Amino acid sequence: MSSEHVDEISGVTTTGHEWDGIKELNNPLPRWWVITFYITIAWALAYTIAYPAWPMLGSATRGVLGFSSRNDVKNEMAAAEAAKAGYVAAIQSKTVSEIAADDTLREFAVAAGGAAFKVNCVQCHGSGAQGSTDFPNLNDDDWLWGGKAEQIQQTITHGIRFAPDADTRQSEMPAFADVLKPEQVAQVSAFVASLSGPVRDKSLIEPGAKIFADNCAACHGGNAKGNRELGAPDLTDAIWLHGSGEAAIASQVRAPKNGVMPGWVGRLGETTVKELAVYVHSLGGGE
Amino acid sequence: MKFGTEIVLLGLFAFAALVAAGFGVDEPFRQHMWVLFFAVAGFAVILLRNSDFKPAAPIDPDAYMDGPIRYGAIATVFWGVVGMLVGVIIALQLAYPHLNIQPWFNFGRLRPVHTSGVVFAFGGNALICTSLYVVQRTCRARLFGGNLAWFVFWGYQLFIVMAATGYLLGITESREYAEPEWYVDIWLTIVWVAYLLLFLGTILKRKEPHIYVANWFYLSFIVTIAMLHVVNNLSMPASFLGSKSYSAFSGVQDALTQWWYGHNAVGFFLTAGFLGMMYYFVPKQVNRPVYSYRLSIIHFWALIFLYIWAGPHHLHYTALPDWAQTLGMVFSVMLWMPSWGGMINGLMTLSGAWDKIRTDPIVRMMVAAIAFYGMSTFEGPMMSIKTVNSLSHYTDWTIGHVHSGALGWVGLITFGAIYYMVPKLWNRERLYSLRLVTWHFWLATLGIVVYAAVMWVSGIMQGLMWREYDEQGFLVYSFAETVAAMHPYYVMRAAGGAMYLAGMLVMAWNVTMTIRGYQRKEQPFPVSVPTLQPAE
Repeated sequence: MSSEHVDEISGVTTTGHEWDGIKELNNPLPRWWVITFYITIAWALAYTIAYPAWPMLGSATRGVLGFSSRNDVKNEMAAAEAAKAGYVAAIQSKTVSEIAADDTLREFAVAAGGAAFKVNCVQCHGSGAQGSTDFPNLNDDDWLWGGKAEQIQQTITHGIRFAPDADTRQSEMPAFADVLKPEQVAQVSAFVASLSGPVRDKSLIEPGAKIFADNCAACHGGNAKGNRELGAPDLTDAIWLHGSGEAAIASQVRAPKNGVMPGWVGRLGETTVKELAVYVHSLGGGE
Repeated sequence: MKFGTEIVLLGLFAFAALVAAGFGVDEPFRQHMWVLFFAVAGFAVILLRNSDFKPAAPIDPDAYMDGPIRYGAIATVFWGVVGMLVGVIIALQLAYPHLNIQPWFNFGRLRPVHTSGVVFAFGGNALICTSLYVVQRTCRARLFGGNLAWFVFWGYQLFIVMAATGYLLGITESREYAEPEWYVDIWLTIVWVAYLLLFLGTILKRKEPHIYVANWFYLSFIVTIAMLHVVNNLSMPASFLGSKSYSAFSGVQDALTQWWYGHNAVGFFLTAGFLGMMYYFVPKQVNRPVYSYRLSIIHFWALIFLYIWAGPHHLHYTALPDWAQTLGMVFSVMLWMPSWGGMINGLMTLSGAWDKIRTDPIVRMMVAAIAFYGMSTFEGPMMSIKTVNSLSHYTDWTIGHVHSGALGWVGLITFGAIYYMVPKLWNRERLYSLRLVTWHFWLATLGIVVYAAVMWVSGIMQGLMWREYDEQGFLVYSFAETVAAMHPYYVMRAAGGAMYLAGMLVMAWNVTMTIRGYQRKEQPFPVSVPTLQPAE
């Protein structure tokens, strides 16, 4: 380091080398920089003494604080379980109607069921349980398979048309494309649409009513109010699972969609299913 | 014959690709080999049309070899536009999922095109061409190895094309920032070793007694990336005529190898490499000596020693053992000052010439780059602390952090270097327009600020929503609700990215016009006045 080379502007010596016109000054390390660097090193050493850090031959140092993230999680989970234990035991021992009738228990079950709903149910039923085309709205009082807490519990437990579960809710609307002529499909669709709103061609309604009585009333009922034993929807309430309007109804008559909901008891367990039932029941339409 | 050997070799290469396209065992591989065939055969045809039988002009062994660097500067700007355009597209896809066009242009396939496009195509070309520019001038030696530099340049472009088209075809190793499959990895290894030989050979034949600090950084970047690339991509192809391979590692070892690579791609590609750029172009542009030789030594060795251990902080609260998480975190925190050593040396190099921030938009760009560098190298160690990480991990905060580094540091320092180099490489008196550089500076800076600020807000919001429990101990939000809450921020982020892209287009225009030899008639900036000596 030669002191003969001095940078004129700063008055600091340079190292004496020059690369393509670039020189380097002999400035010392900034003091605050060195001190902060030492502090981070000291902190790092202290931290590695306190916590698991240095790998040895078979394992690693465990740290004087005895920290383990696995134990941390285990303890937190155990504490959370313990905090809920009283409620969970009560939920396990009572029926869903009893839970729904008990203010404290219902409040807990609704919170727990709501959390489970957000993870498992929103994908089809929507984050507000509002449903969408082909997926029922769970906020209203229109129930396909029944809106009592026990009925909801049954649906969630075993599902709908869920092949792996023998106790699943089962029914199938047949396809009428080969049974009815196209104009008959149009007539019956107009009749069904007329039950809850205006139709384009009123002359179709009367022959449609006849076709309905012959082909549809067996499941949907003579008054078209549906049949919960079969999951046959009420056709008079202007609530449409597979779309509203004569065209959507005609499509459903010709080649019906028969929706599937999985049974959840195998995956979530009975307690969570009960909580979900109480939650769905509480949404506003529970009977 | 000019290019005789090259044309023969390319012809054989194209034939091999054609055979692979015929006998490949899976459809994506066959398609990919067709891409390779057309790329290589097309290149052979171009060479053939430019061939002649005149004796080659003698090469002056003392002249700098700037041809590949000129191509590299153009490639940097070109891939910058491509990579950033894809970035804006995928940002819009996140905000408006209908913009996903199946199957080639969905988010999953375009995202690696963006990350590789910006990091490896834009950043990689910038590093290769500036390193070759810097090493010749600071060693006073012509590039080593004859046409090796041309092989490195074109070989690297082929890697980029094969990587990007592979992603679009759905070919991926699913290793973040290392998605190309085994055969593209092997090709990159060949190119990278050639690059190492080229750089090292030039240093060895230098006429300066000492190796300049910029070259230490460039060399550490080249050596370490070679090591990271090879180890991370160790895998066994399911077939040597197929596009699928299986990693040599499994489970958490695989994850740690991936993040050892991934973090050091940031450390050695995006930090060390670009610090090399800074150490040459900042003192050249401001025409002042580097602030402290001693600081450059200490922070260089501290940086490269500490960086390599910091990868585990990407795997906090996972199956990775606690001891490895601890080490990843404390090494990241110790990395703070070594990183800031580069910032101090870069900024303090301006002492005695601070007025140039006002008078020289290129200096302003470089200073902003160093400021963003300092900010992200503070943010990084902070985010590696487990308590902070438990909130920030997996959220958009990470994306904001990456972009303040990539757009702010890597982008702006590269723009500064390109603006410095282009007039010199093409023997132009000056850039086409300095006013356009100012436009570029403000578009880029505002774009980064919008981008980073929006991602901080949305990332922290996202993290808080994920961890929010009610008084009964149950989660408050569903995942879909957190996604819905992000929508406005996604739109604003795309706007920030679009501003940055607009700046890049301004640069492409300015560079094109400079190369073509035009100079825009415009009001010059006030001339820099040398600072007066303080009274003793």
